[in-house]
Amino acid sequence: MSKKLPSTPMLDELEKGPWPSFVTGLKRLAKSEGKPNAEIMKGLLGQLEHSYQTRKGYWKGGTVGVFGYGAGVIARFSEVASQFPESSEFHTLRIMPAPGFFYDTKTLREMCDIWEEHGSGLIALHGQSGDIMFQGCRTEQVQPAWDKLNGMGFDMGGAGAGVRTAASCVGPARCEQACYDTLTAHKSIINSFTDDIHRPSLPYKMKFKFSGCANDCANATQRADVAVLGTWRDDMQVDQTEVKAKVKQLGRKEFINQVIRMCPTQALGLNDDDTLDVDNKSCVRCMHCINVCTKALKPGKDRGIAILVGGKRTLKIGDLMGTVLVPFMKMETEEDFEKLVELGHAMLDFFADNALEHERTGEMIERIGLANYLEGLDLPLDVNMISQPRTNSYVRTDGWDEEVRKWNETKSSAAE
Amino acid sequence: MSELRRPNETGVPDSKQFMHPALVRNYGKWAWHDRPQAGVLRHVSESGEAVYTVKAGTQRQMDVFTIRTLCDIADKFCEGHLRFTTRSSVEFMTTDETQVKPLIETLEKAGFPVGGTGNSVGFISHTQGWLHCDIPGTDASGVVKALMDELVDEFKNEDMPNRVKITTSCCQINCGGQGDIAINVQHTKPPVINHALVSGVCERPAVIARCPVAAIRPALVDGKPSLEVDEKKCVCCGACYPPCPPMQINDPVNSKIAIWVGGKHSSTRSKPMFHKLVAAGLPNNAPRWPEVAEVVKKILATYKADARPWERMGEWIERIGWPRFFEMTDLPFTKYHVDTWRGGRANLNASAHLHF
Repeated sequence: MSKKLPSTPMLDELEKGPWPSFVTGLKRLAKSEGKPNAEIMKGLLGQLEHSYQTRKGYWKGGTVGVFGYGAGVIARFSEVASQFPESSEFHTLRIMPAPGFFYDTKTLREMCDIWEEHGSGLIALHGQSGDIMFQGCRTEQVQPAWDKLNGMGFDMGGAGAGVRTAASCVGPARCEQACYDTLTAHKSIINSFTDDIHRPSLPYKMKFKFSGCANDCANATQRADVAVLGTWRDDMQVDQTEVKAKVKQLGRKEFINQVIRMCPTQALGLNDDDTLDVDNKSCVRCMHCINVCTKALKPGKDRGIAILVGGKRTLKIGDLMGTVLVPFMKMETEEDFEKLVELGHAMLDFFADNALEHERTGEMIERIGLANYLEGLDLPLDVNMISQPRTNSYVRTDGWDEEVRKWNETKSSAAE
Repeated sequence: MSELRRPNETGVPDSKQFMHPALVRNYGKWAWHDRPQAGVLRHVSESGEAVYTVKAGTQRQMDVFTIRTLCDIADKFCEGHLRFTTRSSVEFMTTDETQVKPLIETLEKAGFPVGGTGNSVGFISHTQGWLHCDIPGTDASGVVKALMDELVDEFKNEDMPNRVKITTSCCQINCGGQGDIAINVQHTKPPVINHALVSGVCERPAVIARCPVAAIRPALVDGKPSLEVDEKKCVCCGACYPPCPPMQINDPVNSKIAIWVGGKHSSTRSKPMFHKLVAAGLPNNAPRWPEVAEVVKKILATYKADARPWERMGEWIERIGWPRFFEMTDLPFTKYHVDTWRGGRANLNASAHLHF
């Protein structure tokens, strides 16, 4: 005998209004009579309404997993299971989607069928790290659901103190501004770290994110320990006929306001004939003018990546933005991608060896200093790594001559 | 019981097998793009082929029926392909321009608002909340639904100075990330400790180490090993709660909501910025959080009316100055806005640059 839909006066308020309602979705599932997930969702609706009434959450963690892996299932046991027994266990399976969140409908439908049979029928597309979140599974259904999802060619995402699921922008699949293949870089890195994703044994989490340009559509700079951002070294590409058309479209004053004046380094000027004057030496590849003039301007042709490390939110020492570790690397050939993967492994190994418990990469670098991190990774120092030189004189400089020699050596070998 | 199956440790699958064939054909060969109308992108490849993308909002936490509806639409208009964005919007692609209008109509009819492109308010990125998280102070899904109901026109149109990325987070870990506007739980009282459970549940040294202000120390309470909090030092961040659930930080009244503004990841124009606190002490007022919506709408309306084209929220405030921001938004300025964390002195005004 199936249970009645619980009364949910507060949640019902979230069925009103024009935006799609997750509550309506939960109810649709709870009403799919005869299906096991309907009962789970009745319990879930009851508990969620209880949370809304009392303004508190009632889930506790635990350890639930699949055979062979040490992470990827987020266990949830209800603290109010006696009131809502149908959803007493409501675990999540984190499954990694294809880079760029691409799907065909056959795949999505198959996932829906699996989750209707083994889980609650509720799927978040996607979690903040970039996983498909199959939410709401009883303990005994975790392994059968996983076996089918894995059988489809999908793998478990990260959780805990390991490498986490990565995210990338749409990249060259549908963007002319992508300065490297974000999707291939994402796949190359993640698929070489599956052991560290599935069997977490690091001091704390480590995240990679991939954006094709400085617009950073994958939100990498502050949200990833390793942010890989596209950039270019040569001159930006300018189609002056299209520039003139854009000047005409916006009007000269607005073109100056919206393009010329907004350049952060004053690298742009409007010529008397309404063509664009670009000082490429002053340009910092910020993307602004290219965003406004999508037909007239493009990144240059000598493209590659910059790597910023150490981004994270507050816990524990405060917010950190990623900072430049590698100002430029080509990312075109298979060898280039292999070099990126190698560097990723070097960063992970250094982190595993040197970070304190529950310390992120950015906090570790803050503690040991960027110079020591560079030495550990055998990476060259570059002026692009700083926003300005030190302002504090409390530093011992008796190794100065040796450092000058190294700098000159690097310079002359680069000139060769 | 049958033998357990070993996993196929395959990592992420290749994206191209799921992509619309036009994207595969033109992979890495795109020439330019524009936006024929709000909610629609047109990408043109070097070969001249154009792909139209129609973008629509979703509820992120989707039931299988909703996902199947999206699949039906993709089967009808997009040869069975679709993708999602970082902010949980869904994108439908077609090479047939005549399909754009019926596609938009179909999506709107099915309840998915079309928009989120260009200088609009995108979908609010959010976290799990009471629905699934073990430490949530609020229900991000509910906050987001309530707010998007109010902001839906700003999602569907491109009337903002630049794109507006709003995020929500159910605790100070801030899984929602940086945002032009961030709506985050801010606890205001130290954890309430259930001493009877601490020694059985918590690894005490790890909990002590987790505290950012060293306010936790071991203690013997009623003859049992437990932990105590120096309440004068405690910043009520809740960092001790995940490793030690008996240190309950969530409180129906004292867990408040704070609003932060001006965060951005992109290096476009200005360097990336952290969001800054502008309002706190807002009640965690489920199910529709009207006090939060009021502040968010006021900030958005002020930004929309006053910012120059292409200024992100944080850039606009840098230009007009914080005194003007607080004046225009009518938000109170308190001692809590003054940064006291390590390095916080960098956030003081060390100049004679003054606004009157």
